[in-house]
Amino acid sequence: MAEILVLVDHADGAVRKPTLELLTLARRLGEPAAVFLGKGAEGATETLGRYGAQKVYVVDAPEVDEYLVAPAVDALAQIAGGGEPGAILVASSNDGREIAARVAVRLESGLITDAVDVEAGPEGPVTEQSVFAATYQVKAHVTKGTPIITVKPNAATPEEAPATPAVEAVTVDFTTAATGTKVVSRAPREKSDRPELTEADIVVSGGRGVNGAENFHVIESVADALGAAVGASRAAVDAGWYPHSHQVGQTGTQVSPQLYVAVGISGAIQHRAGMQTSKTIVAINKDEDAPIFDLVDYGVVGDLFKVMPQLEAEINKRK
Amino acid sequence: MKIVVCVKYVPDATGDRGFNDDGTTDRESVDSLLSELDEYAIEQALKIVESGVEAEITYLTVGPDDAKDALRKALAMGGDNAIHVNDDDIAGTDALGTSLILAKAIEDAGFDLVVCGMASTDASMGVVPAMLAERLGVPQVTYLDEITVEGVGKGGGVVKGRREGDVATELIEASLPAVVSVTDRTGEARYPSFKGIMAAKKKTVVSKDLDDLGIESDEVGLSAAWSIVDTATKRPPRAKGEVVEDEGEGGVQLAAFLAAKKFI
Ligand SMILES: Cc1cc2nc3c(=O)[nH]c(=O)nc-3n(C[C@H](O)[C@H](O)[C@H](O)COP(=O)(O)OP(=O)(O)OC[C@H]3O[C@@H](n4cnc5c(N)ncnc54)[C@H](O)[C@@H]3O)c2cc1C
Ligand SMILES: Nc1ncnc2c1ncn2[C@@H]1O[C@H](COP(=O)(O)O)[C@@H](O)[C@H]1O
Repeated sequence: MAEILVLVDHADGAVRKPTLELLTLARRLGEPAAVFLGKGAEGATETLGRYGAQKVYVVDAPEVDEYLVAPAVDALAQIAGGGEPGAILVASSNDGREIAARVAVRLESGLITDAVDVEAGPEGPVTEQSVFAATYQVKAHVTKGTPIITVKPNAATPEEAPATPAVEAVTVDFTTAATGTKVVSRAPREKSDRPELTEADIVVSGGRGVNGAENFHVIESVADALGAAVGASRAAVDAGWYPHSHQVGQTGTQVSPQLYVAVGISGAIQHRAGMQTSKTIVAINKDEDAPIFDLVDYGVVGDLFKVMPQLEAEINKRK
Repeated sequence: MKIVVCVKYVPDATGDRGFNDDGTTDRESVDSLLSELDEYAIEQALKIVESGVEAEITYLTVGPDDAKDALRKALAMGGDNAIHVNDDDIAGTDALGTSLILAKAIEDAGFDLVVCGMASTDASMGVVPAMLAERLGVPQVTYLDEITVEGVGKGGGVVKGRREGDVATELIEASLPAVVSVTDRTGEARYPSFKGIMAAKKKTVVSKDLDDLGIESDEVGLSAAWSIVDTATKRPPRAKGEVVEDEGEGGVQLAAFLAAKKFI
């Protein structure tokens, strides 16, 4: 069976959930082999094995942290070039898409971005994508070289398949391009006790209707009652009411949770592009003509400052 | 120095977008325009010049006849001239092919800095800037929320910026020449003034075809794409669920719905 390379997305060795989803998808295509770049591989190997990695390639080189994207491209291209992988799977983050893009150019291989599903097919992996603000479902496959696929978070439910991976330390011959863009500093985002936006089963988002940073606790309390992540529209983020890392939409994060709760959000096309694939959508908006209501499974026309506290109390009562 | 700004002409996101039978994007039934996200790239290029960096700004697009409109709009905002790469054989080209054409045209024009949008609003892959850096063999300084260019003319020049990375906010920098891409957080783009629109009419737009760039027609186009669309199906519109008016019980009713769906 061909190796399926999975680029590990991690923060100092803590493997992030999308990687576990990639390993789960990789098993449908062949034998998963994780590619771990940077520090902390010892701690990550057990997790990677638990989700089915048969092998872990480790590139523990300072370049990976000190320079942007290009060192990862060198590493991944070298490892892929050393064998004949059946596919390369990368998480659809900004870094992930850019790494995949450059590896595709270098290996002269086809690239598919933002897959929401991947299956084995007669001519290699068949991907499913959701395009044009999720109005179309597209099935596609790569016709040249090693299929390189970036996969969106929540494309699969991580399933364990314990294996004891062979660990191979790889020394990469970095190109001059690798050290072109220096990462001068890195300020980790504030850790919160809430789930991450892309990983959460439930997302509760607030928009312009929330009308001020001081009111966002209304969104946060319901999110906490549901164990949800907090999102925001661009209008709320631009106004400075909530950090940009929480923006949902075309130029923010694209989410696909089991439940999306839109509060005081009108439902502009750019916002919909980031949440329309959610399984269940509910909205609270005082304008009955707000376009968000076209998408909802359940909607309440009303003042969010009345509905949200009542919703929170009722959730806590039912728990 | 020379700044090349890559701008794309895309179907209007608020229109009813769709596909042709061959799986390519339907560019006929929906009006197209200059990608809104590329306006931020234009704005930042103009700001760099306004900050005192002496530079010529050239806009570059790969697209059909009408894509000239995107260049005219860009020129009306400011800048000096434009290049329109247009060839029947380009239809259906994927991001890999587009980046090849752009890279050849950029090398042909000469450059110190290439400025792109963060993603095109149609394909929305956000990969072309990285591919350009790879093909041109220069650093990529991408997804910038803030950008500054310093030290030009004193033997080089450096581009710096702030990038919202996957797990951290990063300050990154590289020497010129480089490829950058900027986000919609870099600041609103200006509107073309009447004077700007008039001035744009006198600015040169050079047309080039694949031959001019030394690209064989079988290197690009739908048949050269390294991936193919098997099927494109319109998703049934989401069935609209119940919408109730809050008459004092809205929160309780919503909770009941969530409980029935087992979210509580
Ligand atoms: C290139 C581009 C990219 C973009 N990317 C994004 C993106 O990634 N994400 C994004 O979200 N947007 C994005 N936008 C912006 C988008 O077009 C909208 O402007 C934005 O989504 C509007 O946010 P909103 O719904 O919060 O605000 P509004 O459209 O102003 O809607 C506010 C809603 O709140 C309701 N409301 C007000 N008060 C109350 C109350 N007390 N109780 C209940 N309801 C109330 C109102 O009825 C209204 O429907 C982008 C735009 C462009 C051009
Ligand atoms: N056909 C094109 N012509 C000019 N620039 C383009 C073209 N396609 C992509 N770009 C540039 O690359 C950026 C990212 O595009 P994409 O990778 O397609 O999302 C855009 O914002 C443009 O700056």
